[in-house]
Amino acid sequence: MKSRFLLALLGGAVCAATAAAAPVDTLQSIKAKGSLACGVSTGNPGFSATDDKGEWKGLDVDFCHAVSAAVLGDPSKVKYNPLSSKVRFTALQSGEIDILSRQTTWTASREAGLGLMFAGVMYYDGQGFMVNSKKVSGVTSAKQLSGATVCVLTGTTGELNMADYFKANKIEFSPVVFEKIEEAKAAYDAGRCDVYTDDQSNLYSARLSLAAPADHVVLPEIISKEPVGPVVRQGDDRWLNVVKWTYFALVQAEEFGITQANVEEMKNSSNPEIKRLLGQEAGATIGTDFGLSSDFVVNVIKAVGNYGEIFERNIGQQSPLKIERGKNALWTQGGLQYAMPFR
Amino acid sequence: MSVHNRMSVLMNNSALRGVAIQVLLGMAMLSVAWVIAQNAAGNLQRANIRSGFDFLDARAGFEIARPLIQYTSDSTYGRALVVGLLNTMLIAATGIVAATIIGFLVGIGRLSSNWLIARLCALYVEVFRNLPPLLLVFFWYLGILSVLPQPRESLRLPLNLFLNNRGLTFPAPVPSEGLGGVAAVFVAGLLLSFVLARWARIRQAKTGRRFPTLLVSVGLVVVLTTVAFVAAGAPLSFNYPVAGTFNITGGTVLGPEFISLFMALSFYTASFIAEIVRAGIQGVPKGQTEAAKALGLKPSAVMSLIVIPQAFRIIIPPLTSQYLNLTKNSSLAIAVGFSDLIAVGGTTLNQTGQAIEIIAIWMLIYLTLSVMTSVFMNWFNAKVALVER
Repeated sequence: MKSRFLLALLGGAVCAATAAAAPVDTLQSIKAKGSLACGVSTGNPGFSATDDKGEWKGLDVDFCHAVSAAVLGDPSKVKYNPLSSKVRFTALQSGEIDILSRQTTWTASREAGLGLMFAGVMYYDGQGFMVNSKKVSGVTSAKQLSGATVCVLTGTTGELNMADYFKANKIEFSPVVFEKIEEAKAAYDAGRCDVYTDDQSNLYSARLSLAAPADHVVLPEIISKEPVGPVVRQGDDRWLNVVKWTYFALVQAEEFGITQANVEEMKNSSNPEIKRLLGQEAGATIGTDFGLSSDFVVNVIKAVGNYGEIFERNIGQQSPLKIERGKNALWTQGGLQYAMPFR
Repeated sequence: MSVHNRMSVLMNNSALRGVAIQVLLGMAMLSVAWVIAQNAAGNLQRANIRSGFDFLDARAGFEIARPLIQYTSDSTYGRALVVGLLNTMLIAATGIVAATIIGFLVGIGRLSSNWLIARLCALYVEVFRNLPPLLLVFFWYLGILSVLPQPRESLRLPLNLFLNNRGLTFPAPVPSEGLGGVAAVFVAGLLLSFVLARWARIRQAKTGRRFPTLLVSVGLVVVLTTVAFVAAGAPLSFNYPVAGTFNITGGTVLGPEFISLFMALSFYTASFIAEIVRAGIQGVPKGQTEAAKALGLKPSAVMSLIVIPQAFRIIIPPLTSQYLNLTKNSSLAIAVGFSDLIAVGGTTLNQTGQAIEIIAIWMLIYLTLSVMTSVFMNWFNAKVALVER
């Protein structure tokens, strides 16, 4: 009797182990559970960080609000999952999160080998260097960094870019590699390193939290392309479409001048393109074909505003970071932000 | 005899039944493991995620500070992991030696009849064993960074040592031709000492006459090596550190990452070893000490010939656990950016995204290190164990 029970137990275990992970319809599962699981950073002001009330704020966070508004009609149905750079891809691959919105650089190897898809570029960044001008005066270029000790974060594309850049320019350097932004910043601030390297946006944000921000200079060299944006799993094209077109909607809305404040009026615009974007055209099916409501763009803009508003609020002129639009301006203004047409 | 009867005879043989059940269970476990591995591989392939160990031969592309073996960003991931493993072994080995020395001193100190020494040692134990090791790592790290000066205002110590918040820089020995011969003479001196010690033991057993083995051995090794060194024309020079633009250049550096981790791990583990040593010494029956004194042995001989050998039997097994703990705690290196196996593996994991493979490598290596330590300590334990005749 006992052995038969053991056998049954064993059989059960084998069945459980062989049950293959069937492809999940992410959109359906989000609607069913009523919330969006969003992977963010462990704290990087301007992109994703908690404010003094414990609420998540930032450019990457607002994108999750936008997707939540598009899918569920409510921007607040987001569950945040702060992830270190080491576990972020595993969390996405295993289905723990639905979307990774965490300043992740779009690279070929990540799409080729990690089973991931990038849905858009929320921010065109580039890697730079910061030095303490009080301690190492006279350094105005990264080419002068020979012999320097550099604080860098582990697992970022930055670690590789730096090695390649210094190698190409025949500059000797000594890296000190940290797991967390806070630890790297503290070590740099304490003088462990001469140089702190990261994406330039992060350098500006890191500089704010140093003991004497005015002493630190961001060097002019940008040594890499760092297009960062939201990431989803491969093999769920419907979900990829939803995320991708939510991003395009944010950019398109800015191009049309649709803002959080005027979106209701814009519904009655005489411009057919605006009406189509906002799902107000008779017989419009774009939204419903995506598996969303026909006016999902209205929900998105009402929740977070257009791309420009998100930018200015979190990292632009209305924020302490005061980052210029630069490459992140619309294509009509000489930047790279360009939405595919809503037709 | 019917078939049924023969079966029941087999079933009733308890030894046979035991073996059969073990074999079945072993096969079942293996097949479950195989199914899980197959399933994981299938899932990874379906999700379009790379798998396998090919990445070990790919160019790593990242730099590691102060590798113990030749390593550049052009080396492979496999070599990067070896660099990490060597750093882990370095911190574990040096930490174990330091923790053992401090632990034994403090443990014996707690039993001192000197009130002040005993209390100070007790205070040491209570402070260090009650703090989390991570906190100690941060304490030393931030302590070094904030107390020591910038490289340009380095503290100059005797022997061309420089101390600053980038670490301790000391002259790097540069061997030249003929050093191998000197090393051979050093080894020969060690071997000669072993032979001498053996002879002295046998002579003492026969005649009862004692011989100052330690003193003569040390003299033998030092004198022989020095003579060989001079005869070979001093085949060793030093690369002296000098102050450069950013840093001290030349020489060899022990970075603050290594120093803080080393300090934290050895002080932390030493507090446990001290208690183990105290327990071991107190665990030797008082009668042994009294009997030894009654035989007229000096107090130092009572300790070294009677008490310590017996205390070792109690000390070794828990000491092994502490050595294993120290080795495993060395993974706290990641908090201060010391490039140990976990740190380098973490970077590799990030660049390649192959989590399952990296974690399997981590587990295999830590398991191997721990098993090797255990095997050595078990051998040592068997050597000092009570041999009943």
